[in-house]
Amino acid sequence: MSTDSHSAHGHEHHVAHHFRSAEHEYLTSKEGIWLFMVTEILMFGGLFVGYSIFHNIYPEMFAEGAKSLDWKMGFTNTLVLIFSSLTMALGIYFLQRNQAKKAAMSLAITIFCGAIFMVIKYFEYTHKFHLGLYPGRFLDVTKVGAEHANLGMYFGFYYCMTGLHGIHVLLGMGLISWVLFRTVRGDFNSNYYTAVEGVGIFWHIVDLIWIFLFPLLYLVG
Amino acid sequence: MANSHDDSQGHHITPFATYLKVAGALFALTFLTVIAHHFNQQLGALAAPVAFLIATVKAVLVMLWFMHLKYDSVMNRVIFGAGFFFLALLLAFSGLDIWTRVIETSTL
Amino acid sequence: MANAAAHGSDKNYLNETSGIWSWLTTLDHKRIGIMYFVTVMFFFLLGGIMALLIRLELMSPGPTIMTADTYNQVMTYHGAIMVFMVIIPGIPAILGNFFLPIHIGAKDVAFPKLNLLSWYCLMAGALLAFSTLFTHKIDTGWTFYTPYSIKTGTSVVTMVIAAFIMGMSSILTGLNFIATVHKLRAPGMTMYRIPLFVWALYSTAILQVLATPVLGITLLLLTMERTFGVGIFDPALGGDPVLFQHFFWFYSHPAVYIMILPAMGVVSELIATFSRKTIFGYTAIAYSSLGIAGVSFFVWGHHMFVSGQSTTAGVLFSFITMLVGVPTAIKMFNWISTMYKGSVQMQSPMLFALGFLFLFAIGGVTGIMLAVLPVDVHFHDTYFVVAHFHYVMVGGTLMAIMGGFYYWFPKMFGKMYSEALARFSFVFIFIGFNVTFFPQFVLGAMGMPRRYFDYIPAYHSLNTISTVGSWLIATGFLIGLYTIINGLTKGAKAPANPWGGKTLEWTTTSPPPHFNFDVEPVITAGPYEYR
Repeated sequence: MSTDSHSAHGHEHHVAHHFRSAEHEYLTSKEGIWLFMVTEILMFGGLFVGYSIFHNIYPEMFAEGAKSLDWKMGFTNTLVLIFSSLTMALGIYFLQRNQAKKAAMSLAITIFCGAIFMVIKYFEYTHKFHLGLYPGRFLDVTKVGAEHANLGMYFGFYYCMTGLHGIHVLLGMGLISWVLFRTVRGDFNSNYYTAVEGVGIFWHIVDLIWIFLFPLLYLVG
Repeated sequence: MANSHDDSQGHHITPFATYLKVAGALFALTFLTVIAHHFNQQLGALAAPVAFLIATVKAVLVMLWFMHLKYDSVMNRVIFGAGFFFLALLLAFSGLDIWTRVIETSTL
Repeated sequence: MANAAAHGSDKNYLNETSGIWSWLTTLDHKRIGIMYFVTVMFFFLLGGIMALLIRLELMSPGPTIMTADTYNQVMTYHGAIMVFMVIIPGIPAILGNFFLPIHIGAKDVAFPKLNLLSWYCLMAGALLAFSTLFTHKIDTGWTFYTPYSIKTGTSVVTMVIAAFIMGMSSILTGLNFIATVHKLRAPGMTMYRIPLFVWALYSTAILQVLATPVLGITLLLLTMERTFGVGIFDPALGGDPVLFQHFFWFYSHPAVYIMILPAMGVVSELIATFSRKTIFGYTAIAYSSLGIAGVSFFVWGHHMFVSGQSTTAGVLFSFITMLVGVPTAIKMFNWISTMYKGSVQMQSPMLFALGFLFLFAIGGVTGIMLAVLPVDVHFHDTYFVVAHFHYVMVGGTLMAIMGGFYYWFPKMFGKMYSEALARFSFVFIFIGFNVTFFPQFVLGAMGMPRRYFDYIPAYHSLNTISTVGSWLIATGFLIGLYTIINGLTKGAKAPANPWGGKTLEWTTTSPPPHFNFDVEPVITAGPYEYR
């Protein structure tokens, strides 16, 4: 492994006073990150539980809702997010190898992918609004010509799930921008990259949730 | 500074090629999901389980390699696993209630 | 145990730096604990005033001092303030923040910045919650049950977002404690040498991290339901209001143990120290904390026996709920065995611990009664339930908070308080509590429904007794407040170990230095090595 040649410049990281060593700090931070990720899983999970229950009660209504979604959009977004997950992982890989420039490039691509995802999402949303497919009580059944009187519930789930996910994509883009800035500034190297690792895990969670949302909303219905 | 700079020697670095392979598998599985979707009629009741099985495989790939859980401590794996366990619990008990209720015929 | 601190310097965490800004930006877990202390006490005062108003209104039938609508609002604020701002943050955020790192020989919690952030989250949530007082108020009860919470014209969305933010505060505290206990223990401090208070906080932290996110999504969905009518909890769109209760109690039942487990931890410390005896059944008490935390996730349906939940689920939840009695009883018996043949000293913290045992036993046993499905069908939504959970929450948690404050006050501020005043406060609180809440068991058995503004004349005399009791409690807490202020201003300098305690906090100075210990302690024995 390459060593200190790159870490000479930039902001040197200081281990907080209550840790014994950099490794001690790294491992503790990592556990904190995982504990936080559990809360993310459980929060999104509540939506998935609600979805499974009502999908079981009203399978035809959910099928009708899923038909009005364009799977090609969801499919493209899945590919975009998987690619962004790869570049995120590579960002950490390059930092571990002390290749800060390549790492910065990977992180920038990741942010760009997040932006593409949001643009596609924007077109999906506006298209739905155009068709009058609003959530809950705002969906006018006669105007839309829905077969099921409670189609609004499907779109309630659709907007809640993709909306909360979208907020997480935006948060993730913000966090990645922050570590990108710090990478360019020279804060990170093979000895210290905890923040990037944490942001990476967050971004992969965002990907993970989309992996399930795609079949759930677009395909199975 | 008191800390030693050799600490991170212990961190596992996943090879570049592995990342590419995992991403390749994820892309392939995404295509597989869509292909399976086109045989919805033939699969019948199996359509949903197949789609979720593929999604689960994808999720496991992401967790093990991209999130580095494969090389992480047992504690962190237990912590993350606990989330899924308690989620299953929420579904199980809420579902138990709803599916053992006396069903009133809905007008919807 | 480690070195007794015999340090000449007068520097401690309180006078290390000065000025309000040094407090608002502090990363020191002890100072954050003090900040929680001040703010939570303020919320407790507000919630207490609401409680007194409720009791005053119920002193006689018909409108007494307020309208029915005002009553609903006062009752809601009392519940929401006491639950989200007082007892959930109470022991973990005040005493836990201060003593958990010291108990395990650490210099701080794992993530000091998150610790400070959690205080700011609580403040932000509290401000938002109080802002509803100036808009449309709120009258749903602290449980926000649908469909009423969707239909009412009050500020449900603001309040729910406030609760969401306060939930984040709770998560951050829990996350911090788990990582601290796992990673920051001093050399030699194995998991079986940490004090039982730390075990209790650790079990609580697990609940905070695993249960609170589900409350988060439930409250977000309720917000969506009110703004967009998404239909998930609304029968008009085929949704299910009972599902809201499932989601809500998946958090809120474990939350009940978030409230009581730390109290049990405090009592374990008090009983060991004031009995001058090694705690009986250390591992049993430690594991019963984890056991209570574990079981708490499987029992939430007992809040919904008459909500339209299926009978199958009801019966199952009823049986599992009774299991909670097992680890709880293990703790009770171990505490009593610890006192047996010990040199029990009746100082004020111990009085509160004994008060806890007495009141919590009643609260616990009535809890088992309510767990029995057919009994609950009769008692549900009566004052019997109100009396039951006040015996647990007030008789249990608040007694432990008071006992813990008196126990650790010399360590936190380096001053002694007046023992006589502290005993007075105990007498008033203990007697007042029983006068207030015991009649409510009887009222509940007589069929008086909870949350009602008015009642029939047959309930009059018992309600009057209950109201008089509430004044006694208030007197007790005011004496307690005076004891603290008097101790802070006029108290004698506290020695490092006024009670002869054996846990690590007593080995350092009172108040502790900025980094807790002058030399990192090395632990060679368990926490309660008396005899």
